[in-house]
Amino acid sequence: MSIREEVKAFILQNFLFSSDTSALGDSDSLLEKGIVDSTGILELVTHIEEKYGIRVLDEEMLPSNLDSVAAIAAFVAGKRAA
Amino acid sequence: MCGIAGILGGSGKFGPERSRLERMIRQLQHRGPDGFGFLERRDIGLAHARLSIIDLETGGQPISNEDGSIWTILNGEIFNYPELRRELEALGHGFSTRSDTETIVHAYEEYGDDFVLKLNGQFAIALWDERRRRLILARDRLGIRPLFYTWEEGALLFASEIKAIREIHPRGLELDIAGLAQVFTTWGTAGSRTVFAGIETLPAGHMLIVDDGGHRVKRYWDWKFQQTFIAAPSFEDAAVQLRDLLVDAVRMQLRADVPVGAYLSGGLDSSGIVSIVRRYSSSPLRTFSISFDEAEFDESEHQQQMARFLGTEHETVRCTRRQIGELFPDFIRHAETPVVRTAPVPLMILSRQVRESGLKVVLTGEGADEVWAGYDIFKEGKIRRFWAEQPASTCRPALLARLYPYLRHSPVSNRAFATNIFGRNLLDTANPGYAHGTRWATTRRLWNLFSEDVRSQLRTAAATVDPGIDLPAEFAGWEPLARDQYVEAKTLLEGYLLSSQGDRVAMAHSVEGRVPFLDHRIVEFAATLPARYKLRGLHEKAVLKAALADLLPAEICARTKQPYRAPDAPCFFTDGAPLPYVQELLSDRSLREAGYFDAGAVRHLVEKCRAGRAIGFGDNMALVGVISTMLLHQQFVGAERRAGLVQRQRVQA
Repeated sequence: MSIREEVKAFILQNFLFSSDTSALGDSDSLLEKGIVDSTGILELVTHIEEKYGIRVLDEEMLPSNLDSVAAIAAFVAGKRAA
Repeated sequence: MCGIAGILGGSGKFGPERSRLERMIRQLQHRGPDGFGFLERRDIGLAHARLSIIDLETGGQPISNEDGSIWTILNGEIFNYPELRRELEALGHGFSTRSDTETIVHAYEEYGDDFVLKLNGQFAIALWDERRRRLILARDRLGIRPLFYTWEEGALLFASEIKAIREIHPRGLELDIAGLAQVFTTWGTAGSRTVFAGIETLPAGHMLIVDDGGHRVKRYWDWKFQQTFIAAPSFEDAAVQLRDLLVDAVRMQLRADVPVGAYLSGGLDSSGIVSIVRRYSSSPLRTFSISFDEAEFDESEHQQQMARFLGTEHETVRCTRRQIGELFPDFIRHAETPVVRTAPVPLMILSRQVRESGLKVVLTGEGADEVWAGYDIFKEGKIRRFWAEQPASTCRPALLARLYPYLRHSPVSNRAFATNIFGRNLLDTANPGYAHGTRWATTRRLWNLFSEDVRSQLRTAAATVDPGIDLPAEFAGWEPLARDQYVEAKTLLEGYLLSSQGDRVAMAHSVEGRVPFLDHRIVEFAATLPARYKLRGLHEKAVLKAALADLLPAEICARTKQPYRAPDAPCFFTDGAPLPYVQELLSDRSLREAGYFDAGAVRHLVEKCRAGRAIGFGDNMALVGVISTMLLHQQFVGAERRAGLVQRQRVQA
């Protein structure tokens, strides 16, 4: 499973309680769609830190890095490559 | 305090016979364990379950006027009955009891339908005028005491709780999907809606009149905020006037022929009430409070400090997660609605303690946060409006960091995201739900769990569920804070705090809660004051604090408001597994049979909660919402019905 697929599956299951991949587009804004609230961001960050062995710095906790499946996948890939 | 029930105009299976009335009122025995009373006439039957508080000897009900042509039953109290009685006696009315209830029939004789404006109290009343063959149901201005009704084959069935109506209902009850959707948005139903199809509640400040001309529901009172404040007193004068009003409200609400106790939360409001009792009356006072093992919820340090300061005889009940989980089904039987929080359950445990201590009346601090702007949601509305004036500003949203300091996982802990979350619909300032939008959106995440069937019903009903309240014509001309207060009063206060977390959990153990802050004179006075007296900058309840300052330790006045909360999702698990009843209720089979929720989605939610990963409000509310809905279905609807076609037709109609 690609990072993108895995992140999407996590968000679907953890926040929408669903396995239906059509319920969420890769570039949908998680905040605007009301899928993730502020505690959801904490859950999300904890998950990607544990899953991918990365550290998300305070200054990286930004919507541009974390507000969609595509953004998260790109952010994680960038961190792992760094 | 009591329970009332009745039938009007029925025949055959809804005839007002004694046996039928007895079946209804027996369902309300917890509200009035001290005796039943009945009135049977050709067209009407009234039943009353009594909790004796005033006039222990002759206060039985129903009570009539001198010639027996007007009858009434009352659930609640008329606090100004001595004054009203003197007024009516001076006008020539003869009284045969010492009861507060008797003032109702004489006031009706004297003032007609306006009698209700003469009453200072918390009440649900049924009044029968035999000569004019006319029934009036009336509910207090703020909605402190409950009253429900339904029409069946031309008969009106009414009662303090829905279970009394259900007892004689021919078809049994069904949940109303639009009502559920409302609970899973604003935490309660609004207006006359309940979560049961066809069952209505009489809204606060309304009366229902039935006579030969038909039936009509009429509003007799509402929150009326001012649009200008030219005549408003100075801040200092307002504090003095408020103090006088509070003292008088407490004095009146201490009226009882049995001892009165008080709840002490550790916050400003209940401490203020108790300090007034100490300063202005000689009543010995017993106080009660709840404590928790979890530091996040526990306020016992402040409670003990206040009890010592006030010199009350104080009892504390320690509530555990286990107790909350185990008592939850019993609570739902009393509440008769789904809920999204477990917080009412500890209050039900507390009322048991009060009763076991020999008391049946307690004063509480409820209502002060709504009337004097104590909640963070009012600050949230104020900051967002301030920000909306200059949306590009980065300083303005930084004020959001001042909100919700008491939460472990605060929604403002990450600034970049907080700005994004609270910035949603930022410019929509004319929306009546502007301040509440973020909270409602969090609660609505529960809609993700609805079954496809329910979701499709909701798509057609969407217009009717948000926010479900009738706004007064002047609403748009009020100050923003007043608008937010009105919405709060009509949603959370009326639909949840006074009912599920108020009347129902106290009456579960035959305890009457009295709420001096909701004396209508105080609510009316507050509405004449400008918003800046209440929310001064971002300091809440400014004028109330000024009114109570010399009665309380400075640190209580200075303490930031901590809303009362209890542990939620963890209560339903023990040793890593759901409690047995939860397991059964949330099994795929039970969920599919009931039809409200998607079984797969609930499984994911339960697993997340079981593993301790549900740290946010959204998930906790979702779990409590699902369990409570399933309990309600099991207790009131029954296995043979599911969320199906009948509701769909109703919603579309």
